[in-house]
Amino acid sequence: MYTQARFFIRTALANLLAAFLVGAIVLLNQAFEFDGRLSTLMPVFYHLLMVGWVTQLICGVSLWMFPPFSRERPRGNEQFGWLSYGALNAGLWLRVIFEPLHTWVPDSWYGTMLVPSALLQVFAIWMYVVAIWPRVKGKK
Amino acid sequence: MPRLSQLMIRIALAWLALGYSFGGLVLSTKGVPLLPWLWALRSAHIHILLVGWTVQLAFGVAYWILPRLDAFGNRGNERPVIISALALNSGVMLAVIQSIAASIAALSTLARWLPLATGVLYLVAIGLFVRHAWPRVRPFQINPQP
Repeated sequence: MYTQARFFIRTALANLLAAFLVGAIVLLNQAFEFDGRLSTLMPVFYHLLMVGWVTQLICGVSLWMFPPFSRERPRGNEQFGWLSYGALNAGLWLRVIFEPLHTWVPDSWYGTMLVPSALLQVFAIWMYVVAIWPRVKGKK
Repeated sequence: MPRLSQLMIRIALAWLALGYSFGGLVLSTKGVPLLPWLWALRSAHIHILLVGWTVQLAFGVAYWILPRLDAFGNRGNERPVIISALALNSGVMLAVIQSIAASIAALSTLARWLPLATGVLYLVAIGLFVRHAWPRVRPFQINPQP
């Protein structure tokens, strides 16, 4: 497995762990009612799981295993993959930090940080699509 | 990669790009509510990414990579998979229309019926794909050369 795929897959595993830690906090809070504000972590749990784990794992495995781009450059331009990796995780973690803060303190500047979070995640996915699109092909 | 898998994976990638773009608009609106009507895209965002992207990608890769039925490399009847892909994508499109129609008062009657049609299309898609994939989920075996 090449370096970029290892980065995607190991980060996906770390996000899986983070997702279930957040999920456990939400569930424990439902049982013991520590603090009502903790229930607002539910969207963070969903997105750590679906973006940080599922999407990122799919990106890593597909970049590793899909048909090669060419004999000389089997993975095409790897820069698209790195841009996707950096932007996806930066965008996701901006959301993880600022979405609950925005819910707890709605009149602060925290909400504005969700805009760069959104832009980074959208950019990341478009970069991944650009990287993988030419590798969706049959045998020549 | 067979042509049908290429088609399904490319459509899944297109849904991925659209689904994240919708999600980005919804998240931005949550942070800075300049255009609150963009919240209407939330349900479309979920359908696009769960069904149009994740399920369709899994179908496309499974059709490509599951064990073949014989030594000729036969993957079985292609037609149920084609109908499955058509039903799946029609279902996602109806779900997108529904999520937008639900926010427009004049279209609320239509929006009530669309989830039923979406559900039926999803069931047809899943049923046909399971029927196709079931016999291909089997242990490794060496077939005599043709």
